[in-house]
Amino acid sequence: MKLGRIIGSVMCTAKDPALEGVKLLLLQPVDEVGKSYGEAIIACDTVQAGPGDLVLWEGGREAALALTNWFNTSDATVMAIVDRVDA
Amino acid sequence: MTLARVLGTVVATMKCGDLEGYKLLVLQPVDPEGNPKGKTMVGLDTVQAGEGDTVLVIDEGNSSRLILGSSMAAVRTVVVGIVDRIQSGGGQ
Repeated sequence: MKLGRIIGSVMCTAKDPALEGVKLLLLQPVDEVGKSYGEAIIACDTVQAGPGDLVLWEGGREAALALTNWFNTSDATVMAIVDRVDA
Repeated sequence: MTLARVLGTVVATMKCGDLEGYKLLVLQPVDPEGNPKGKTMVGLDTVQAGEGDTVLVIDEGNSSRLILGSSMAAVRTVVVGIVDRIQSGGGQ
Protein backbone atom coordinates (compact mmCIF):
# COMPACT_ATOMS: atom_id res chain seq x y z
CA MET A 1 0.00 0.00 0.00
CA LYS A 2 0.94 3.61 -0.41
CA LEU A 3 -0.06 6.88 1.21
CA GLY A 4 -2.13 9.48 -0.59
CA ARG A 5 -4.13 12.64 -0.01
CA ILE A 6 -7.69 12.98 -1.33
CA ILE A 7 -7.89 16.22 -3.28
CA GLY A 8 -11.33 15.85 -4.84
CA SER A 9 -13.89 13.54 -6.35
CA VAL A 10 -15.00 12.58 -9.84
CA MET A 11 -18.60 12.17 -10.99
CA CYS A 12 -19.34 9.75 -13.82
CA THR A 13 -22.90 9.04 -14.88
CA ALA A 14 -21.91 6.67 -17.65
CA LYS A 15 -19.40 4.14 -16.42
CA ASP A 16 -18.59 0.46 -16.46
CA PRO A 17 -21.43 -1.47 -14.73
CA ALA A 18 -18.94 -3.08 -12.34
CA LEU A 19 -18.22 0.37 -10.88
CA GLU A 20 -21.89 1.27 -10.26
CA GLY A 21 -22.32 2.69 -6.77
CA VAL A 22 -18.59 3.17 -6.28
CA LYS A 23 -17.39 6.65 -5.36
CA LEU A 24 -14.44 7.88 -7.41
CA LEU A 25 -11.82 10.03 -5.71
CA LEU A 26 -9.05 12.25 -7.01
CA LEU A 27 -5.93 11.13 -5.14
CA GLN A 28 -2.47 12.68 -4.91
CA PRO A 29 0.24 10.19 -3.89
CA VAL A 30 2.29 11.48 -0.92
CA ASP A 31 5.22 10.17 1.12
CA GLU A 32 5.35 9.51 4.87
CA VAL A 33 5.83 13.22 5.65
CA GLY A 34 2.96 14.28 3.40
CA LYS A 35 5.06 15.50 0.47
CA SER A 36 3.43 14.99 -2.93
CA TYR A 37 5.09 12.94 -5.66
CA GLY A 38 3.98 11.89 -9.12
CA GLU A 39 0.68 12.73 -10.75
CA ALA A 40 -2.80 12.62 -9.25
CA ILE A 41 -4.85 9.52 -10.04
CA ILE A 42 -8.50 8.46 -9.84
CA ALA A 43 -9.16 5.83 -7.18
CA CYS A 44 -12.26 3.90 -6.08
CA ASP A 45 -13.44 4.42 -2.51
CA THR A 46 -14.23 1.69 0.04
CA VAL A 47 -14.02 3.66 3.30
CA GLN A 48 -16.06 6.85 2.73
CA ALA A 49 -12.96 9.00 2.38
CA GLY A 50 -13.35 12.66 1.48
CA PRO A 51 -11.31 15.68 0.38
CA GLY A 52 -8.39 16.39 2.71
CA ASP A 53 -8.18 12.86 4.10
CA LEU A 54 -4.82 11.09 4.27
CA VAL A 55 -5.44 7.55 3.02
CA LEU A 56 -3.86 4.21 2.21
CA TRP A 57 -4.38 3.02 -1.35
CA GLU A 58 -3.37 0.09 -3.46
CA GLY A 59 -2.95 -0.33 -7.19
CA GLY A 60 -2.97 -3.28 -9.56
CA ARG A 61 -4.98 -6.45 -9.03
CA GLU A 62 -5.37 -5.80 -5.32
CA ALA A 63 -7.28 -2.62 -6.16
CA ALA A 64 -9.98 -4.74 -7.79
CA LEU A 65 -10.07 -7.28 -4.93
CA ALA A 66 -10.78 -4.54 -2.40
CA LEU A 67 -14.19 -3.76 -3.87
CA THR A 68 -17.28 -5.76 -2.88
CA ASN A 69 -17.77 -6.95 -6.45
CA TRP A 70 -14.21 -8.11 -7.10
CA PHE A 71 -14.68 -8.62 -10.86
CA ASN A 72 -14.24 -4.96 -11.79
CA THR A 73 -12.00 -2.58 -13.64
CA SER A 74 -10.45 -0.63 -10.76
CA ASP A 75 -6.70 -0.01 -10.97
CA ALA A 76 -6.48 2.00 -7.76
CA THR A 77 -8.57 1.71 -4.60
CA VAL A 78 -8.57 3.59 -1.31
CA MET A 79 -8.44 1.03 1.52
CA ALA A 80 -8.07 3.00 4.75
CA ILE A 81 -8.32 6.48 6.22
CA VAL A 82 -5.13 7.29 8.10
CA ASP A 83 -5.50 8.72 11.59
CA ARG A 84 -1.81 9.14 12.25
CA VAL A 85 1.60 8.30 10.76
CA ASP A 86 4.28 7.71 13.40
CA ALA A 87 7.47 7.83 11.34
CA MET B 1 11.42 -10.73 -1.30
CA THR B 2 13.13 -7.42 -0.73
CA LEU B 3 14.84 -5.66 2.14
CA ALA B 4 13.39 -2.62 3.87
CA ARG B 5 13.81 -0.62 7.03
CA VAL B 6 10.82 0.11 9.25
CA LEU B 7 10.39 3.88 9.61
CA GLY B 8 7.31 3.74 11.80
CA THR B 9 3.66 2.81 11.94
CA VAL B 10 0.38 3.97 10.43
CA VAL B 11 -2.74 4.16 12.56
CA ALA B 12 -6.03 3.78 10.67
CA THR B 13 -9.38 3.19 12.36
CA MET B 14 -11.49 3.22 9.21
CA LYS B 15 -10.10 0.50 6.95
CA CYS B 16 -11.24 -2.31 4.71
CA GLY B 17 -11.78 -5.70 6.36
CA ASP B 18 -8.69 -7.34 4.90
CA LEU B 19 -6.50 -5.01 7.00
CA GLU B 20 -8.28 -5.64 10.31
CA GLY B 21 -6.06 -6.95 13.09
CA TYR B 22 -2.72 -6.20 11.47
CA LYS B 23 -0.17 -3.55 12.41
CA LEU B 24 0.65 -1.28 9.47
CA LEU B 25 4.32 -0.38 9.00
CA VAL B 26 5.93 2.42 6.97
CA LEU B 27 8.72 0.74 5.00
CA GLN B 28 11.73 2.28 3.28
CA PRO B 29 13.23 -0.15 0.75
CA VAL B 30 17.00 -0.50 1.26
CA ASP B 31 19.89 -2.22 -0.50
CA PRO B 32 22.01 -4.89 1.27
CA GLU B 33 24.29 -2.15 2.64
CA GLY B 34 21.30 -0.40 4.18
CA ASN B 35 21.15 2.55 1.78
CA PRO B 36 17.60 3.77 1.02
CA LYS B 37 16.30 3.22 -2.49
CA GLY B 38 12.95 4.14 -4.01
CA LYS B 39 9.68 5.33 -2.49
CA THR B 40 8.37 4.33 0.91
CA MET B 41 5.45 1.92 1.13
CA VAL B 42 3.09 0.62 3.79
CA GLY B 43 2.92 -3.08 4.62
CA LEU B 44 1.14 -5.45 6.98
CA ASP B 45 3.19 -6.80 9.87
CA THR B 46 3.18 -10.56 10.59
CA VAL B 47 6.37 -10.78 12.68
CA GLN B 48 6.05 -8.04 15.33
CA ALA B 49 8.62 -5.82 13.63
CA GLY B 50 9.23 -2.34 14.99
CA GLU B 51 10.77 1.00 14.13
CA GLY B 52 14.42 0.70 13.06
CA ASP B 53 14.26 -3.00 12.20
CA THR B 54 15.57 -4.23 8.86
CA VAL B 55 12.93 -6.58 7.52
CA LEU B 56 12.11 -8.96 4.69
CA VAL B 57 9.19 -7.75 2.63
CA ILE B 58 6.99 -9.51 0.11
CA ASP B 59 5.62 -6.99 -2.40
CA GLU B 60 3.54 -9.32 -4.52
CA GLY B 61 -0.12 -10.19 -4.16
CA ASN B 62 -0.35 -13.96 -4.53
CA SER B 63 2.48 -14.66 -2.10
CA SER B 64 1.02 -12.21 0.37
CA ARG B 65 -2.39 -13.87 0.16
CA LEU B 66 -0.75 -17.23 0.89
CA ILE B 67 0.96 -15.78 3.97
CA LEU B 68 -2.31 -14.29 5.20
CA GLY B 69 -4.24 -17.47 4.38
CA SER B 70 -6.91 -15.56 2.49
CA SER B 71 -7.31 -16.13 -1.24
CA MET B 72 -9.18 -12.88 -1.86
CA ALA B 73 -7.41 -10.43 0.44
CA ALA B 74 -6.66 -7.11 -1.24
CA VAL B 75 -3.13 -7.04 0.15
CA ARG B 76 0.18 -6.92 -1.66
CA THR B 77 2.84 -5.77 0.80
CA VAL B 78 3.56 -7.98 3.84
CA VAL B 79 6.50 -7.98 6.27
CA VAL B 80 7.52 -11.62 6.70
CA GLY B 81 10.85 -11.55 8.55
CA ILE B 82 13.15 -9.53 10.77
CA VAL B 83 16.73 -9.55 9.47
CA ASP B 84 19.44 -10.35 12.02
CA ARG B 85 22.45 -10.15 9.73
CA ILE B 86 23.33 -9.76 6.07
CA GLN B 87 26.52 -11.25 4.71
CA SER B 88 27.43 -10.12 1.21
CA GLY B 89 30.47 -9.88 -1.02
CA GLY B 90 31.58 -13.47 -0.45
CA GLY B 91 34.17 -14.92 -2.85
CA GLN B 92 35.61 -11.56 -3.84
